[in-house]
Amino acid sequence: MNSSIILSVTTFVYGLAAFLYIVSWIFRKEAPGKAAFWAAVLGLTGNTAGIILRWIESYQMDIGHAPLSNLYESMVFFSWTVLIIYLLVERKYKNRTIGAFVTPLAFFAMAYASLISDRIQPLVPVLKSNWLIAHVIVCFIGYAAFAIAFGTSGMYLIKRKDTEGKSLLVKKFPTANTLDELTYQMIMLGFLFLSIGIITGSVWANSAWGRYWGWDPKETWSLITWFIYATLLHAKMMRGWHGKRIAYLSIAGFAAVLFTYFGVNLLPGLHSYGAMGQ
Amino acid sequence: MTKKANSSDTISRVWKFFTSVKLTVVLLLSLALTSIIGTVIPQSGTASEYFHKYGELRYKILSFIDSIFDIFDMYHSWWFRILLLLLTINIIICSIDRMKATWKILFVKIPPFNVSRFRRLEYKKEFSESSMPDELEQVYKPIISRSYGYSRVEQTDNGFCLFAEKWRWTRIGVYIVHLSIILMLLGSLIGSIFGFEGFVNIPEGESAKKINLRDTTQMHLLDFEIKCEDFSVSFYDSGTPKEYRSSVVIIENGKPVVKKDIIMNDPLRYKGINIFQQSYGTLAPEEVTLTFTNKETGMEYKKKAVINKPVDIPEGLGTFIIKDYSSSAGFKGHNIGEAFIGILTPKTGDPVNILLPLRFPSFDKMRKGDVIIAVASYDQRYYTGLQVTKDPGVWVVYSGFILMIIGCFVTFFMSHQRLCIEVTGKGSQSTVMVAGTSNKNKMGMQRKIEALAEKLDKLLP
Repeated sequence: MNSSIILSVTTFVYGLAAFLYIVSWIFRKEAPGKAAFWAAVLGLTGNTAGIILRWIESYQMDIGHAPLSNLYESMVFFSWTVLIIYLLVERKYKNRTIGAFVTPLAFFAMAYASLISDRIQPLVPVLKSNWLIAHVIVCFIGYAAFAIAFGTSGMYLIKRKDTEGKSLLVKKFPTANTLDELTYQMIMLGFLFLSIGIITGSVWANSAWGRYWGWDPKETWSLITWFIYATLLHAKMMRGWHGKRIAYLSIAGFAAVLFTYFGVNLLPGLHSYGAMGQ
Repeated sequence: MTKKANSSDTISRVWKFFTSVKLTVVLLLSLALTSIIGTVIPQSGTASEYFHKYGELRYKILSFIDSIFDIFDMYHSWWFRILLLLLTINIIICSIDRMKATWKILFVKIPPFNVSRFRRLEYKKEFSESSMPDELEQVYKPIISRSYGYSRVEQTDNGFCLFAEKWRWTRIGVYIVHLSIILMLLGSLIGSIFGFEGFVNIPEGESAKKINLRDTTQMHLLDFEIKCEDFSVSFYDSGTPKEYRSSVVIIENGKPVVKKDIIMNDPLRYKGINIFQQSYGTLAPEEVTLTFTNKETGMEYKKKAVINKPVDIPEGLGTFIIKDYSSSAGFKGHNIGEAFIGILTPKTGDPVNILLPLRFPSFDKMRKGDVIIAVASYDQRYYTGLQVTKDPGVWVVYSGFILMIIGCFVTFFMSHQRLCIEVTGKGSQSTVMVAGTSNKNKMGMQRKIEALAEKLDKLLP
């Protein structure tokens, strides 16, 4: 049994959980919802075990480091965070329809991870820092919170379309107000962690490269994301924006999150992360 | 008179312009959108890099735009700085403007409470108890004062009102966040005025005092010398780099003062100057051992050679001189890596150019000459590339970082909460109303009120 197998199984369990949540939502049945919850818990257990085992395996390979150092590992950790926050939200708001919109994100992340190399690689010099763990963990807590906000914003928009309350699909949704509020809560959580993520990255960059900010595409895109969510928070707190406009901003913010993580690699850059400037 | 009124009118109009949150939203979104440009167009490249990347026409268009809008270095352009400046003024004016109101709320001796305001709240909980108000007061008071910093009881005609509040100070949270941004911008300004960012390449065994400043052609003279005693690079089995290590000594007034191995993520800091491992490269070895093989006799001779000093080849085969060393030599359009370039002058005939790539020891056989020249051994010499910076603003920026985290936490997750429990007696019965407000997270407060009412209801049978 190794971590790769456990994590592959976890991917399927998450897929099952997502499927059951969607079934429970569409057919308004309690039983699949309950099953979905247990599948989610099982998946989370596997996810946790996979992360721990991978950590141990890296030490057995004599290149020991926390499993937070490449795309594969970050996707696995992202799913883990999404699931934890989601399960807390489910407990607090006692509503499983949110699961139909959030667990698929964890499943997609895991499925994407299974398409890329899962080899445990040794750390290149720039990553050998205590800041690695702190930086990656806080960034991904932030991303996970934004992902959930993205899900609830989508739900809000669907709920709002059904102004007469006729659609059975949105019957089990939390109220529009609750969704709006939940989105806001998640964005505040995400914003705090994104800020800490940028800050830890900055302090790290200063100890690795001698500058805390260099307008590198990745740094800049994280700042763009920060600007978008800062706009949302000001519009909400000071101008009383709510509902649709907040939902759209939240979706735009999550698009920026995705671009910060994936899109930046496509951009031309004179500098690149982790590379020694030779 | 009218003139004076006019000017104060203008001031108030400007003030009003900067207090607007609409401006904040516009500025934040403009910063977000324009920042994209610099991630699509590589920044601070050289003209030839841009030319190569974009081709002549597009390069001409872009460099015309660049001459006005600095798009090749947009984050330091005039218009980007204006946006940042406007945002700074916006933050400061907004904060001052709202601070006035917050100040009044923040510094009160006796927090004012108004029962009727709580009664009018949409969300409140009511239940009845079969106890007299006096008894309830004895029970409720300690419970409330345990979780609320401030509480007081006011007697009413037929009962009492218990007022409580906590976390009034959290109203300053947002100002902490704003202050943190000002500090970060201020710190970066200090850094750009009083600091520098440079680099220096130092060959092993040598030292340097002058560094090249980045993005300029200027040099900067340090107060001390940096000596590189040794550089080493190690690799994992897979070939990816494992560690770059420079053994560095700081020499001040001719005396060594600090000695340290610099690796990535572990710089050397001395007198406000930070020295980081950044890059490395290979240098021409000082001494090379060459083998000369006579093709006819098969005899092999080893001889030491130094660049630019001719070597006589035994058996009268001529002389050989190493002219140059290249870390990436080219052969028929291919990069064949590190190589020596030399000239062979035979006894008779014309001199021949010789290429001696280190990776391919028998390369010279291909030439099919009378003598085959190869590199037998050499001392690999490296130079280390160090990033040398000074940034006296960094601590201002870091204190901004800490305030940003504290401020965001306070602003998002703590609120000024006010609570009112009104107990009205009627005979031996009492009616209890629990209501509360908070300046943020109203739903959270509602849940709290609900939980509290439930708890109080269950206290007495």
